[in-house]
This record gives sequence, C-alpha cells and structure tokens, in this order.
Amino acid sequence: MEQILLNGLITGAQYALIALGLTLIFSLMSILNFAHGQMYVLGAFVTYYVYGKLGLPFIVAIIASGLTLALIGAIFEKYLFNTVLKRSVREESSMLLAAGTAFFLDSLILIVFGEKQRSVPALVDGVFFGEDYGIDLIIPYNRIVIGLIAIVLIVSFILFMQYSKPGRAMRALAQDKTASQLMGVDLDKYSLFGFALGAMLAGVAGSLLVTITGVNSGIGGGISIQAFTMIMIGGAGVISGAILGGFILGLVEAFGLYYLPGDVTYLTIFVCLMIFLTLRPQGLMGKPWG
Amino acid sequence: MKRFLKIGLAVGMLSSTLLAQESIKIGFVGTLSGANAAWGTSNVRSMETSADIYNKNGGVEIAGKKYKVEIVPFDDAFDPKIAVAGMEKMAQEGIKYVVGPNDDAQAIAVKPIAERNKIVYFPYAFDKSLYVKPANYAVFGMIASYQWEPSVYKWLKDNKDVKSVAFIAANAADPLNQRDNGIKIAQDLGLKVVEAKATYKADTRDFFSVITPIIKKKPDLLVLSGVSPATAPLIIKTARQLGFKGYMAAGTALDASILKEGAGDAANGFICQGGADASIQSEKMEKWVEHYTNKYGEYNDESNTKVFALEYILAVLKSNPKAINDADEFLKTVDSGWSAPNLFFKDENAKLKFVGKTTFGQNRQLGVPLTPKIYKDGKFETLFVGQAD
Repeated sequence: MEQILLNGLITGAQYALIALGLTLIFSLMSILNFAHGQMYVLGAFVTYYVYGKLGLPFIVAIIASGLTLALIGAIFEKYLFNTVLKRSVREESSMLLAAGTAFFLDSLILIVFGEKQRSVPALVDGVFFGEDYGIDLIIPYNRIVIGLIAIVLIVSFILFMQYSKPGRAMRALAQDKTASQLMGVDLDKYSLFGFALGAMLAGVAGSLLVTITGVNSGIGGGISIQAFTMIMIGGAGVISGAILGGFILGLVEAFGLYYLPGDVTYLTIFVCLMIFLTLRPQGLMGKPWG
Repeated sequence: MKRFLKIGLAVGMLSSTLLAQESIKIGFVGTLSGANAAWGTSNVRSMETSADIYNKNGGVEIAGKKYKVEIVPFDDAFDPKIAVAGMEKMAQEGIKYVVGPNDDAQAIAVKPIAERNKIVYFPYAFDKSLYVKPANYAVFGMIASYQWEPSVYKWLKDNKDVKSVAFIAANAADPLNQRDNGIKIAQDLGLKVVEAKATYKADTRDFFSVITPIIKKKPDLLVLSGVSPATAPLIIKTARQLGFKGYMAAGTALDASILKEGAGDAANGFICQGGADASIQSEKMEKWVEHYTNKYGEYNDESNTKVFALEYILAVLKSNPKAINDADEFLKTVDSGWSAPNLFFKDENAKLKFVGKTTFGQNRQLGVPLTPKIYKDGKFETLFVGQAD
C-alpha cells in the first residue's frame, strides 16, 4: 500500500506540473492548447541536448528548456493565437489553430530530433529499498528528487500567481476580462505573458520527466490527452483544480495499475470521468473566476 | 564555340538519358510518425540506403537494362485506416512491391487491397493468417517471435537454469498475439508462467506502477512481448530499479544505442532478436552500414533485419524480369524454390531464399537468419545463429 501511495503521489506531482500550463492558457484565453504535449516534448529534447549531450548541469538544462518554450509560446501567441482571436469570433478557429500547431510541432520534432527514444542520466543514482527498514517500499532516489522539484515548482507557481503583480493581473483577466481591462490591465501584454508562462511550464515538466521516462518524438499527443483529463477532473481554467486533477490521476493510475490489467485502468478512468462530468461538468473545483 | 556546343550537347544527351532511365518503384507503407516511428523509419532508411547504392552505380541491372530504384514511402501513422489509404495509393501508382506495414492491425487491414491489386507486400507482422493459404501476396519480412522464442527459452532453460517466466505486453493486437504465442511456447517447454495477463497502454511512459506487481512474483525470465524500441529501455530500467535480477527478453529487433542511452548497464544480459550482426556480416554489409550511418548521422541496429526485403525483391526481379510488372510472376519464382547468393554474410554459402513451409505451409517468409542477441555494455553479441524453415 505504501508503495502504491508513494508511486501515485510522485506521479501526481509530475502530472500536476504538466496540467498547470494547460489550465493557465485556458483560463486566460479560452484556448484549448492541443500542442501542450508537443511543447512538453520540445522541453524534454532541449534538456536531452543541454544536460544529456553537452553535459551541462541539470539546472542549466531546466532553465534552457523553460526559456526556449517560453519564447516559442510567446511567438505562437503573438503571431498566431492573438491574431486569430482578434479576427475570428468563433471558438473553433483557435481550437483548429491549436490542433494545427500540434501537428506542425509533431512533424518538426520528428524531422529535427529523429525517431529514436532518447534518455538522459538520472539526477541521482540509487534506489531506496524500504525492506531494510521494515517498509514495503522500493523507490529510485531520482523519482523522489524529481517529485520534490515538481512540488517546489508548483508551490512557487502558486505563490507567483497569488502575490506577484503579473500573477494578480492574469487572475483578474481570467475572472473578468472587461472589468480588468477597465482597471488598466493590459490584455495583450498579459495574454502574451500567460501563454509564454504556460508553454514554459510544459517545457519544464518535459525537462524534469525526461530523466525518468526519456522522450521520443511521438509522445506529445498522449501527454496532451493526459493533461486534458487532469484539468477536466479538477475544473478547466482553475489552477488548484489542475493540481488536484494531477494528483487524483496519479493516484488512480497507481492503484489501478497495481490491481487491474493495464488498459482496464484507463478504461475505468475514462468511464468514471464521463459519469463524473455528466454530474459535475465544471470539474471538482468549479470555476472561481471568468 | 563549337566546343561549348559539343559539351552542351553531351550534357543534354546525358541528362535526357538519365531522365529517361526507367525506374522500379518499391513502395513502403508503415509507421513513420508517433511513438513507434523507429520501426518504420529504420525500414525506409534501409530501403533508401540500398537504393542510393544501386543508383550511384547506375541502377539495378535486370535483363541487361539498368533501372533506377525509387522508394515511395507512405506514413500509416500506426493506424489501420491510414494504412489502407497507403496501400490504395500504391495500387493507384501501379506499384507491385510494397515493404510493410509494421504491425498486425495495419497488415491485416491492407490485405484485401494487396490481394485484389496483386501487390506483393512484406509485412513485419506476426499474424499467421497473413501468410497461410488462401492468403497469397504477403511475404513475412523477418523471424517471428514464435519461431525465435522456442530456441531462446530452451537455451535459457538449459544454460541459465531459468524455470519461471512472466509476460508483459502492450494492449495492442501484435504484442498480445506475441504474448499468447510466447505463453504456449513456455508452457510446452515446461516453464512455469507466473504472470500471463500483465498489459500496459501502448503510450505508457512511467512503468513503475505497471512493473511492481510483476517483479513481486519473482520470475526468472521477464518477456517483453512485441515491445517497441521506445518502450523497451523504460521497462528494463524500471525492472532493474525494482531489484529484478532475472533475465529479460523480447522477440523483436531493437537498437543497442537506444538501450544504452535509456537503460545503461541495466540492459546488460537483455536478449532480443537481430539480423546480420557484426559477427556474421560481410564487407558489403559493413559498407552498407557505413553508407546508412553517413546518410542519416547514426545507425539503427533494427536495420540489420530491415536490410533484406528490398534486396530480395530486386534479386527475384533479376532472376525473373517478367516479374517487374507482374506480381504473380514474382510468386511463381518464390514458389519454385528459388535462391541467390546472400552477399551480406561472411559465409560464402549463405543464400537468399524463401522459407516458411513449416510455419505457414508455403514459402512466404524471407530466409533471414535467426540470431538471438544479448546486450552487453552498449553492444549486441550473437548468442547463436539459426534459421527458420
């Protein structure tokens, strides 16, 4: 039981980090960023080269991944999403654009980084064997470290959104665009900032998880689906909901995979999600703003 | 001025000759994107490497005439519906020989189109119904896990005291099929199957929760049925981290550099299928690997298996030029007990020949070598060399 709980919590922390960026972009601009998984993959590949190939410290790699994705996110927002949102009143336009960028990034990643599975050395070697201490637990130290970094990053993000000026501005925009604009919040500036921040979170998540799962060019779509599942459980556009959704999915997966055959777990998760959404379409945490 | 005119005329004639050179189009329908892109990519790259080498030497000579070898790739994105569209495209272009698809579901989906349009195709799919009569146009491109596993399990049982085995497979047609065959082979050999039902979603990245319950059953051997190149290192590393000390094996071809990077020393002792490994390959094969590496920046060991299909097609066309536009002529040659020198092996007596009578009741398999390989410190070593018949 301890093993399953710990597996679930560590996975959940990583999942929450993936879901945060997606929910931030949705809350600010009502864009379902289908390319979120591909942004994660790009972040992982940047870390693969900076940390894995060049041998630079992991902190440099994580910063490089975050900044690269922030830049890509900013470019996407400024030249694609912002333009489309201004010119088209139909929500489908931004959704189609997001799907298009996902396909575009998928192909680009395959061309640039190739088809092979890539991996980097673990941050910390070794495995904790609980048997030596009378606990039924085996966990690699690397997973513990990555889980802790993910939690630190999530807490930092919450504090940033809660107490910083840009964080407050983005929350205000997410709650009520018109009112916040009337109060002097620059919509264009903070939409750009928010999209870049959301993409950066995807890149950072990719950077962290490449040390556990490696990366290959085809995994973006699956990661986007996972991220959407998390934010639907927690409540799309709600930061606390994304975190809660991440931990719930991590724990349900860990218990399911231990007690049920692989795909039955996911079948169960999706059936439960369908039933849950018919009863509470806004997710667990509702939508406190906007 | 005259000199320039002469040179211009010569260049013009040469280019018109080159442009006029007829080509033999060989299609490829397989996975070039998504999580399993490594399978299809190593396929196409192998074909393009061979085509390059032929074309550099003026083309492939058939009945005294040189043809350019042209590869027509189609990405089925690991989706049977798209694979069908791919095979239809090949039919529309009049292509008679197609390499691929890479998996059961796609290969089964394209079967009616290939049969109807008389296209000989070379799947890397293990489902026997593709090759057993009344099916006629599919030629299996490699060794199946159910041909490979009996010898490997027996070797492990006899030499490494392996007594119990656990299976894990992705929840997809091909891996599940391989798992079921593997279970039967293990049971027939008297091995105790301690886990037969473990599956994972094909895009699983974190195997900690999936592997934990299997490792607790303490098998001597963990079989990764139909495992993809991207997934194998993740499972191997996780199993070792969980303290698994036994053997691991997969009846599919994998790449040593991916295992090295993804699992490191944890992959030492991992056994998988291979093709023309370094220990048995000829100078021609070494040059082929060099050309591939120069062209694409790095080699993929999976291509040791994927080098053969195009070579077989061209060798049969050389033997029977009528087959260029007639797949039935091709199959006539296949059924005639045809063979040709296999220049990819050191062994001068090695032959390209079609096999499969024992397994499929007809020669619908390339006679590629059965070479279980064991991974050690970043490289594969061949355990032993055999042959399907």
